[in-house]
Amino acid sequence: MAGKTLYDKLWDAHVVRQDDDGTALLYIDRHLVHEVTSPQAFEGLRIANRPLWRASSILAVPDHNVPTTTADRGNGTAGISDPISKIQIETLNSNCKSFKVNAFSMDDIRQGIVHVIGPEQGATLPGMTVVCGDSHTSTHGAFGALAHGIGTSEVEHVMATQCLIQKKMKNMLVRVNGKASEGVTSKDIVLAIIGKIGTAGGNGCAIEFAGEAISDLSMEGRMTVCNMAIEGGARAGMIAVDQKTIDYVEGRPFAPTGEQWEAAKAAWSDLKSDDDAEFDIVVELEGKDILPQVTWGTSPEMVLPVTGNVPNPADEADSVKSSGIQSALDYMGLTAGQPINEIQIDKVFIGSCTNSRIEDLRAAAVVAKGRKVASNVMLAMVVAGSGLVKKQAEDEGLDVIFKDAGFEWREPGCSMCLAMNADRLEPGERCASTSNRNFESRQGQGGRTHLVSPAMAAAAAVSGHFTDVRSL
Amino acid sequence: MEKFTIHKGVVAPLDRSNVDTDAIIPKQYLKSIKRSGFGPTLFDDWRYNEPGEPGMDHSKREVNPDFVLNKPRYKDASVLLARRNFGCGSSREHAVWALDDDGFRAVIAPSFADIFFNNSFKNGFLPIVLSEEIVSKLFEEVEATEGYELTVNLEDQVVVTPSGESFAFEIDDFRKYCLLNGLDDIALTLKHSDEIAAYEEKRKATSPWLFN
Repeated sequence: MAGKTLYDKLWDAHVVRQDDDGTALLYIDRHLVHEVTSPQAFEGLRIANRPLWRASSILAVPDHNVPTTTADRGNGTAGISDPISKIQIETLNSNCKSFKVNAFSMDDIRQGIVHVIGPEQGATLPGMTVVCGDSHTSTHGAFGALAHGIGTSEVEHVMATQCLIQKKMKNMLVRVNGKASEGVTSKDIVLAIIGKIGTAGGNGCAIEFAGEAISDLSMEGRMTVCNMAIEGGARAGMIAVDQKTIDYVEGRPFAPTGEQWEAAKAAWSDLKSDDDAEFDIVVELEGKDILPQVTWGTSPEMVLPVTGNVPNPADEADSVKSSGIQSALDYMGLTAGQPINEIQIDKVFIGSCTNSRIEDLRAAAVVAKGRKVASNVMLAMVVAGSGLVKKQAEDEGLDVIFKDAGFEWREPGCSMCLAMNADRLEPGERCASTSNRNFESRQGQGGRTHLVSPAMAAAAAVSGHFTDVRSL
Repeated sequence: MEKFTIHKGVVAPLDRSNVDTDAIIPKQYLKSIKRSGFGPTLFDDWRYNEPGEPGMDHSKREVNPDFVLNKPRYKDASVLLARRNFGCGSSREHAVWALDDDGFRAVIAPSFADIFFNNSFKNGFLPIVLSEEIVSKLFEEVEATEGYELTVNLEDQVVVTPSGESFAFEIDDFRKYCLLNGLDDIALTLKHSDEIAAYEEKRKATSPWLFN
């Protein structure tokens, strides 16, 4: 019999019961909650008079709607100028209070993007099942955890039953062989993967990322890769546990200590696919072939190396794809054949659950140091992923580097990744963004998003157009 | 949850692949703390000429006459036809709520993103996977015939065209059972409370750090 994959092991350890048709109740260890997808779930519980199954499994934080300007923060929800956003955050606060859920308030230094603070607090642990009403929950798979993004009905279901109704997904392995080149980051790797498999490539699958280029990544880098598994169509992405994982988790506030720590470490050592495990789908890339990436269209699979040219729809034989390319070019205001590195930008956003951790800020600061944001760039902003990331960056002097270069240094939150707060693009504006989605109007109605790594975003900021960061 | 058994309705052709949930319901409307009222802002950026905000009277906004759902012949559509990877992107269930609130009961596409697909069943809303060839054929028929209707029969798992042609689709037994009976799956799961509690006790003994 073939060995087990990491996903098989995580699945098997959490099945409470399974029906003949394969539908299972999967036990959930950690439930992360934010203000946007939870109010209707709490309301559902209230209407049906159902209690939380295990309140201690939940950690809540407001992130999507919070303002990021210092002037608007520090006054609690009173500082939120948008009355509807304010109600949503106040609703989270009152729900957490009445259901006795552990929540970080907006002015707590531990507040931040839910997918940044889970790992930062040690609330995400290897071997866990983690859910959140947010598709980027796949991030937590970087710890050898099974992490699913779920809808609001499922949020309510997990709150009431501690379980998710699930059928087992297929096993997909994405292996990036050999080392990545100098100047190529985790973001470039995952964008190259999505470019290869497509945005539906992982549909119905749990993806395990492996290979030397993946295991070489820091935990922050691994989180970036798993974060975007959903952009490759997979609800869950994951990476095997190794010493880096253990070292990252040790000593964090929610992490086990003493005897439990020793027992946990022993249990976690098995959180990897067996050598003889079989995968349903295997995709391989060579690390050395991956260059710094820039998306040019309105889907994350529309991506090319910075050295490339915008594609021509006439070159695509598949008619659905060809018309997709044409409408993307129309929306993005680009012409076929245009060199990527000649595309001028208006704004820069460094942040989001994909790229707002300390390593991301350091990488951008290296490029920004001693340089100035180009005159055609109207706004370049850096939004740390949490209050603690922001503080660490300030302790390292990164805020001064950014401010000297002309970047704005903001308070933590989701910010212009999805523009639910005041941070957004105006129609037609073009942004170099370290976020995860370049969909139409994602960053503001009519806005044009190009996804890049933090270093590439900083390079675009100081050049005024996309440029190969390795040439700076 | 509303039951789904047989539904016959006008089909609207949305000839795009990778229709994402940001397009289905833009983020500004996710600030609502309710489950209802998203219908008028379904496909908001495509549907109206000017940007929309929560709290507006959407009936007074200028519509984009070129957008397919604004064409008079599709005004009463309740079955949406789309291309591959429908519902990709964010986990927002508001996307399903918006489709449902605007009168849709089913979407037919060659493939769906996993989270959207899953969310649909929780709302008595049926996502149907048919092959690329069949979907292309349906696009041609819908566009050629005003008032084109499809019958979706969940019991028999078929989509039937006006000419009587029938296309079978797959659905999990459990999901079908819940939809046909309009069942609340939380109540069903809570019938297994003892098993959940027993699992929990076992895990507490072997992995106590998960319960700190």
